[in-house]
Amino acid sequence: MNQRKTLFDKVWNDHIVVAETADTPAVLYIDLHIIHEVTTPQAFSVLRDHKLPVRRPDLVLATLDHSTPTTPVSTFKDLAVVSEGALNQISQMEKNCAEFGIDLLGFDSANRGIVHVIGPELGATQPGKTIVCGDSHTSTHGAFGALAFGIGTTEVGHVLATQSLLQRKPKTFAINVDGTLPAGVTAKDLILAIIGMIGVDGGTGHVIEYRGDAITALDMEARMTICNMSIEAGARAGMIAPDATTYEYLNGLPRAPQADEWDAAVSRWRELCTDEGARFDKAITISATDLQPMVTFGTNPGMVVGINDAVPDNLSDPSFRKALDYMQIEVGKPMTGYDIDIVFIGSCTNSRLSDLQQAADVVAGRKIADGVRMLVVPGSQQIKKAAEDLGLDKIFMQAGAEWRESGCSMCIGMNGDTAGKGQLTVSTSNRNFEGRQGVGARTILASPMTAAASAIAGKVADPREYL
Amino acid sequence: MKFISKFSSRTVVMPTTDIDTDQIIPARFLTTTSKEGLGRYVFHDLRFNADGSEKQNFVLNTPAAQGCGILVGGHNFGCGSSREHAPWALLDYGIRAVVSTAIADIFKTNSLKNGLIPVVVDQVTHETLLQNPGMELTIDLEARSLTLANGRSVEFPVGGFARYCLLAGIDQLGYLQQHLNSIARFEESRSWTP
Repeated sequence: MNQRKTLFDKVWNDHIVVAETADTPAVLYIDLHIIHEVTTPQAFSVLRDHKLPVRRPDLVLATLDHSTPTTPVSTFKDLAVVSEGALNQISQMEKNCAEFGIDLLGFDSANRGIVHVIGPELGATQPGKTIVCGDSHTSTHGAFGALAFGIGTTEVGHVLATQSLLQRKPKTFAINVDGTLPAGVTAKDLILAIIGMIGVDGGTGHVIEYRGDAITALDMEARMTICNMSIEAGARAGMIAPDATTYEYLNGLPRAPQADEWDAAVSRWRELCTDEGARFDKAITISATDLQPMVTFGTNPGMVVGINDAVPDNLSDPSFRKALDYMQIEVGKPMTGYDIDIVFIGSCTNSRLSDLQQAADVVAGRKIADGVRMLVVPGSQQIKKAAEDLGLDKIFMQAGAEWRESGCSMCIGMNGDTAGKGQLTVSTSNRNFEGRQGVGARTILASPMTAAASAIAGKVADPREYL
Repeated sequence: MKFISKFSSRTVVMPTTDIDTDQIIPARFLTTTSKEGLGRYVFHDLRFNADGSEKQNFVLNTPAAQGCGILVGGHNFGCGSSREHAPWALLDYGIRAVVSTAIADIFKTNSLKNGLIPVVVDQVTHETLLQNPGMELTIDLEARSLTLANGRSVEFPVGGFARYCLLAGIDQLGYLQQHLNSIARFEESRSWTP
């Protein structure tokens, strides 16, 4: 038997409480459980009904992000929540956390932000951990060599009560990316290209490991963008082996191992790589060198095209035709030139400081086009402050953009930040599903640079013309 | 949980591929703290006009679709978010099984936890179902079989444990709690602590 293991195998094996059998799934221990207001209330109700405590409140990281307003206010007490339902959900979260002994990074916390932004930012996300959250973009944390995946609310209850989950071992999928990303082409473009290649169901049942020179060259924020969108290819999780870049990012963060524990942690983390010759269930190799900025043209993230390439003709497929009818996009011509209404810079995919910096570099000294609304929503309150310290807020506002408080905002459009019917948005988020950003709203997914360039041009634009 | 392992119903067909969870229940309806009553939001933006009136041409609004308990969807049904509100809403609406050539991982897991049966079939069977909306099907979870109107049966894959729990009425949380001693031992014996 092949004893050589993948990164995934190592993390999986390290967390088996009870091994799986033909009849029963494994009991898998969870090291970090991140919770937010939208997918937890029903789970807390189950605990209450069964009179169960939260087993390890110290391993729960709780915040408010999904339905929270991002409108700028002088004090959080003035925040206007979109609906009574959302307000109730937020106060329920505050009540649940208080009752079950969980420390909530709420409105009064300088550390509040999007679940998948604050985990890494605080150093709670670490190599070799198992991390779950009632949110599919939990795959983000795999950028640190953690095994991280989204779960439903029933499973949120299981983890709260037992710190464990019932899981079948998924398959493994190696995506090797050789070469170097050209100027103006980012991690977002790379992951969109990958999803376009393997399809929105290409990763179903698998944990992807991203490997190769183009991946190891990425900084942590770019790696998070890659792993974040693994779920858009249907994958259970995405992982990248930790290395010096990972350790450097984590060193000194408040929830990372501290001075006396640091060396031991790093030597443990160094083992977290796929052994030479280990077998994956599936593997592909692609080159980053020839990539261009990518934009979506349809209603799923796999319907993607190079910024200067013509939208492909697949109209014989009724689902494809339906998507293009909805998007009001024509085949045979490129996406550049379509007039846009809104630009959204934000989400757990692209709301970190480097994302904001890249967008700011494009808009600096320029004005966004007449009639275009641009929202910039930092991923966390920490990022908001860091960006303000660099003066990015002023660059955005001088260009005519709105500078907001942190949250999921227009990525999921459940806090009131939405696009109107028929409006075309260039968005740095992760889903261009029908109606995702508002009823009848149309979404083009792109990198922060492409989104910013499009805001200036007033139409879908190639960011390389603005570098 | 009331769960009936074998049932027959007519199908309603939505042939579009990649029907995502935002279609099944748009995010703005997730601001709830309960699992109940979400059926009214199923496929909300496909079902209703802005004024709340029904879209006449949407399949669930047609007279033939009334009372159908089996939804035949296009390939890769349920992709997207982890919202368990999707199976909650489908079940509340009266859908008891979803049939496709592929069903997304998290949606499938969430469905089985709630008694919505995810049925993955081969392309030929799928094509037959797509071409014949309203067909009376029988789904038998115990036998893992789907039987077409012509009597032909196909077996579908379903996790043995999830199936066993549904059939025996076992709460998976209760099962996990039986392992609490092992969990405590695991926590004590680790070489590192999270």
